[in-house]
Amino acid sequence: MVTCATPVIEARDLNFYYGDTKALSDIAISIGRNQVTALIGPSGCGKSTFLRLINRMNELIPDTRVEGSVLFDGVDLYGPGVDPTEVRRRIGMVFQKPNPFPKSIYNNVAYGPRLHGMNSQRRLDELVERSLKAAAIWDEVKDILPQSALGLSGGQQQRLCIARAIAMEPEVLLMDEPTSALDPIATARIEELVKELKKSYTVIIVTHNMQQAARVSDETAFFYLGRLIEMGPTERIFTRPQQEQTEHYITGRFG
Amino acid sequence: MSLDGLGMRKLREKVAFGLLRLAMLVVVGTLGGILLHVVLQGAGVLGWRFLTDVPREAMTQGGIFPAIVGTLYLTAGALLVALPLGVAAAIYLSEYAREGKTLAVVRLGIGNLAGVPSVVFGLFGLGLFVVFFKMGVSLLAGSLTLGLLILPTVIGASEEALRQVPSTFREASLALGATRWQTIRKVVLPAALPGILTGSILGLGRAAGETAPIMFTAATFYSLRLPESPFSQVMALPYHIYVLATAGTHIEQTRPLQYGTVLVLISLVLGLSLFAIIIRTRMRRTKKW
Repeated sequence: MVTCATPVIEARDLNFYYGDTKALSDIAISIGRNQVTALIGPSGCGKSTFLRLINRMNELIPDTRVEGSVLFDGVDLYGPGVDPTEVRRRIGMVFQKPNPFPKSIYNNVAYGPRLHGMNSQRRLDELVERSLKAAAIWDEVKDILPQSALGLSGGQQQRLCIARAIAMEPEVLLMDEPTSALDPIATARIEELVKELKKSYTVIIVTHNMQQAARVSDETAFFYLGRLIEMGPTERIFTRPQQEQTEHYITGRFG
Repeated sequence: MSLDGLGMRKLREKVAFGLLRLAMLVVVGTLGGILLHVVLQGAGVLGWRFLTDVPREAMTQGGIFPAIVGTLYLTAGALLVALPLGVAAAIYLSEYAREGKTLAVVRLGIGNLAGVPSVVFGLFGLGLFVVFFKMGVSLLAGSLTLGLLILPTVIGASEEALRQVPSTFREASLALGATRWQTIRKVVLPAALPGILTGSILGLGRAAGETAPIMFTAATFYSLRLPESPFSQVMALPYHIYVLATAGTHIEQTRPLQYGTVLVLISLVLGLSLFAIIIRTRMRRTKKW
């Protein structure tokens, strides 16, 4: 069943409710391996909600309900017996605002691996270095690893958070508007990094910034009012959208 | 006409400010008056001997060393009782329990516990710890009673400190595959700890000065020796003051000692508060969230 052609993430008949409010309707989507997929759409369209369904973060909010399925390598993440902590270990997440722990730079990156039982100092050292290098922040922090992560700039903090997620060696990396709190230079560095990351990971990125989606992604999915309106290769979505709503959004008529 | 109106308004403004300033002066003046009175009456007996000697000559001479040690033991004991219990309850309330009727009732209960007069805690401690659990009048029974007394304060301070930990820390930890308990233990508690300690120490100041909860459960009139075990009776500063003020046979001669003891107790409580405030200030300077 699992072949190379199988998408990493696949949603089927997916509905999601906050209390009585339906936030997502009949989502069906396939997300390919080692690609960057951008989720775009106006505020409240459901793109972040969908992203947080992929690593089961929404169930931390009381009074929410999921219908349908999200397949990860063919296995339903919402099936019986699936442990959400295991899901989150294999599907990493980077948040809108950089949220490093009030711990040292080293301990931020080592936090996840330690939780899952890695105690060897030598292996932790290696992993921390590898993760910080992969997140393109090693050169800036290699001499200050014991210092508090809260002393770093916003852009550095966000790259540290990416390193922290990478240290878990996840298969998929979810990014929820990762540059919305950053200045243009820091944003450019994160975008470069995203392009680099797709060699090793599948990246799904929510963004408000259409230029960003155009710059970094291979595929783009447009959400509107809780529905997936259109999905396809990024270039086609931005040059020849097939749906009128997509065209209105990318040409700036609403949003 | 309009000028007259303006004049009236300015006058009213002056009267209002005057009254507010007066209220403030009364508050500060009361505190200052108490402190001045105590220092004037008590400073004379203060000295190395007063702090390190046992009471002598039917308490008209000597010092208050056993009472100082007793109060330190009792407050430390109260903290040992209240901190684990209070922090655990606060974690349950703020991290696990679902908002609802049950939680509202529990919170109401904690709020009411804070309003129970301290003498009632004393009688409760007498009935439960001293008599029912056969601990006798002891350091242990007194610490448990004082611990219960400050429990609402510790819970309140801990809940507040836990609430101040940004939810983004919890999200980040959970998103790395941590369980809720791992998240609480490794991220939330360390971040909340300074706040928990500050609030608890402020509550402890109250426990250190209480007389009623310990008079039936722990305190003894007079002791030459320091407590040897948790089951020993202890002297304590507030009870010692009460004894010197009411039960002595030489009230006139013991009065300076009484004020000296008051001065030591007030310094101890103020010292605790100062310590808590220093922790809080340092914490605010280092944390940036």
